Formats: sequence, C-alpha cells, structure tokens
Amino acid sequence: MIEIRNLTKSFGDLLVWEDVSFNIAENETVAVIGRSGCGKSVLLKHINALLRPDKGNIVIDGKDLFTLDYVDQRKLRQKFGILFQGSALFDSINTFENVAFPLRYFTDRSESEIRDRVMHCLEYVNLENAADKETSELSGGMRKRVGLARAIVLEPKYIMYDEPTSGLDPQTADEINGLIMTMAQGLDITSIVITHDMHSVLKVSDKVAFLDQQKLSWFGTVEEMRKTDHPGLLDFVTASEYQLKA
Amino acid sequence: MQSLNELGKYSSLLYQALRSSTEFSTYRKNLLQELVKVGYDSVPIIVLTGIFTGSVMTLQSAYQLESAFIPLSTIGSIVSESILIELAAVISSLVLAGKVGARVATELGTMRVSEQIDALESMGFNSVSFLVVPRVLAGILMFPVLYIVATIFGIGGGLSAGYFSGTVPPADFLQGARMYFYPWNVVFGFVKMFVFGFIITSVSCYKGYFATGGAEGVGKSTTDATVLSCILILLADFILAAALL
Repeated sequence: MIEIRNLTKSFGDLLVWEDVSFNIAENETVAVIGRSGCGKSVLLKHINALLRPDKGNIVIDGKDLFTLDYVDQRKLRQKFGILFQGSALFDSINTFENVAFPLRYFTDRSESEIRDRVMHCLEYVNLENAADKETSELSGGMRKRVGLARAIVLEPKYIMYDEPTSGLDPQTADEINGLIMTMAQGLDITSIVITHDMHSVLKVSDKVAFLDQQKLSWFGTVEEMRKTDHPGLLDFVTASEYQLKA
Repeated sequence: MQSLNELGKYSSLLYQALRSSTEFSTYRKNLLQELVKVGYDSVPIIVLTGIFTGSVMTLQSAYQLESAFIPLSTIGSIVSESILIELAAVISSLVLAGKVGARVATELGTMRVSEQIDALESMGFNSVSFLVVPRVLAGILMFPVLYIVATIFGIGGGLSAGYFSGTVPPADFLQGARMYFYPWNVVFGFVKMFVFGFIITSVSCYKGYFATGGAEGVGKSTTDATVLSCILILLADFILAAALL
C-alpha cells in the first residue's frame, strides 16, 4: 500500500503543489490526472524517491520512503517498475538487452533463464519478434511496449506509467491501455497511471486523483467521478470531449 | 553565488562517486568499456598530436638557435625536455578535453534528458556508481598511459623532423636528449596526466549528469565541459609547476 501524506513541493519560488494526501491500496489502479505542467510527473518521481518533497512523506508497505537511507531506498525501488514518458530505453543496447538489463544486475539467473524470462515478457507485450532489433528501429508504440516489458521483468509489486498513451495513434493507445489492464489483473500489480487521456482513465483506473490549482483538487472512484459536480474536474473532462454523465 | 552552488554540486557528486567506488560489481563491465574508449580509442589522435608537436618543436628550435656557437645537441635537449615536462601532457590533455570530455558530457547529458538516468535509479541502480565512477577511473588510469604514447611519438617526431629536414642529425639529437634527462621530469609528467585525467572526466561527468533541457541543454553541457576542462587544465598546470618544480 502507498500512503501519500501532506506532500508539498516547490522548485525555487514556483510552488508545484501543497498538502497532497491520498492512498493507493493493493491491486488498485489509480490515475493521476490534471493539466500539463500541474506536477503529475513530479508526483510520480516522488513516489520513487527520484525527487524529495519540501514537506510531507510517502509510506510504502509501512516504510517511510524519505527516512530510509539510500541503500534501503534502492531496495524499495526494486518493488517498482516504471514506464517513462519517452520509454527511457538504453540506446546503446538492443531490445533484448534492454529487457534483460535488470536481470543481469539484480539476479543470479543463468543465461538460459534470462533468455526465457525476457522472451516471456516480450511475448506478454506482443514483441517476441523484435528481440534483436536496435531501439532506434522501434516505433513509438513498440518503444512503450519494450519499456513495459522491462518494467515487469523483475516481477514488481507496483508499476507507474508516465503518460503511457501520449504521442500514440488511438489504436496503439488502446493496445497499451489493454496491456495496463492485463498487467493489473493478470499479474496482481498495483498501478499508478499519470495521464491526461480521459479515454485511458475511464478504461483502466479504479480511482482518480485530480491535481489542479497547486493541490489535490479531487480524489475518488471512477463511479464517483461520473457523478461529480466538481467544476474544475468537469471542465477538465469536458475539454477532453468526454461527458461523464452521458 | 552561482559558482559556489556549482562547486557544491560538483563536490557532492565526487563524494558520492568516492563512496560508491566500493560497488565494483556494478561498474566492472562499464570500467572495461571506458578503459578502451578513453585509452585505446584515443591512441591515434595522441600519436598524431605527439608527432606534429615534436616535429614543429624541432624545426622551430633549429630555426631559432641557428648559430655556429650552439651545438646541435642542444636542440635535442630542448625538444625532449619540453615534451617530457610540458607538451606531451598539456597539448595531449587539451586535445583529450575535446575528444574524451565532449563524449562523456554528451553521453551522460543525453541519458539525463531522455530519462535514462532516472530509469537506472528507478530500477535500484546507483547511477553515480554505474556511470560516473568508471569514467573517472578510466581517465585517471589511462591518461598516464597516453602520456607515454605522446612522449614516445613526440620525441620520435622531433628526431625524424630533424633528420628529414637535415637540421639535426639523429646522433646529435639523441645525445642532447640524454644529456639533460632527469627521471623526475617523467614522474612530473605522470603526475600531471593523472590530475588532468581526473579533471577532464570528473568535470565532464558533472556537466553531463546535471544537464537540463533537450538537445540544446546537452549541447550546452558539452561546450561547458570542454571549455571548463581546458581552463582547469591550464590552471592546474601552473599550480603543479609552482608546487613541484
């Protein structure tokens, strides 16, 4: 379980958000939505301790993330898989090696075990035929899927998706949404999806956190969101061409 | 204030690198790759730099010392001692600031802006140990080796230029080179290269590791790394000469 408690973050004089609090329960998928620049990705980087807050803390499985020393933070990070916005594939190695990368450093598996696990993950994202491709040969959707395969290769407890469907055509975006659902249900993974794609929110998430006006403006289930009269959230959703109450 | 902030971040990065240098298993593979990239891959440009530096030194010394009262062996002394004490180390390092420093800053800068460093950290890697330590170690270990290459080809280039131009016979050149040879000068050259290797790789790692923005940010970090490395090499050269000679 992830408990986000009274989190406040500024960059210099620029306040990103303050007093953000919400919980993410086991096997739940929570979408964090909001306008561009509202600090969604900043929040994701806090959950993985890539950034530190000015105030507040995050408790993961009972451990206060920011009071842990660096070695324990790194151990905790290994419970997470992250799909970055630009996929963040290592461009000096090919697709297979990108997925195998964490296995080579964090496990004692033999070469054949590594190959089996990598191919299993690539099959999961329907890319078993792209194992030998260089990352520069992959399309945007393929890069996302390789990023997903790499994110799940160590069998993480949590996966965080940073704008998983941005820059993709609707059909490929739908495939990625399908994969997010499959992983959440099939692998019992707790998921946090950072997005402003309402189609994705409605399809994959159980709960929604809406960041607006430098705070957590709304938090609830998707069903509650459909009935909400929150003006900021309604404006955001309407601008996305989705009518919640339709 | 800005400079103090930069110095603080640079010192902090070096401290992290020192602390994480014990995680040998994390950077072993990268260290081998960096030893090849910093050392072996730089040999051609160092050979060229050495040959031309030695050749030009010989021709210019012969031109300036053209007198019946000055023995030709003096040219051999001047050229070999200048190469051993100063030119092999400083000229080579300024060239390597462009070759090695720019590569390191660009690699790390690109990894930073494309979130590859964040990806490493998020997997549980210590990115400083994985990326910075092997590059700095490779600089410290391989620059002294490159000094040997630069010195051999510098003196060889000077000797050849004297012979082919007809200004200094090889026997006179070698006699002069031997006459004023002090082993301490070689030690001094090694010390310089050790320091310059550390400066170039650590400054370039720092600039790349903390690069911001997109392609423009990477370009700026690369330029800053090269310019700052060159300035610090010249400054360190002066300090070492004042302290050790």
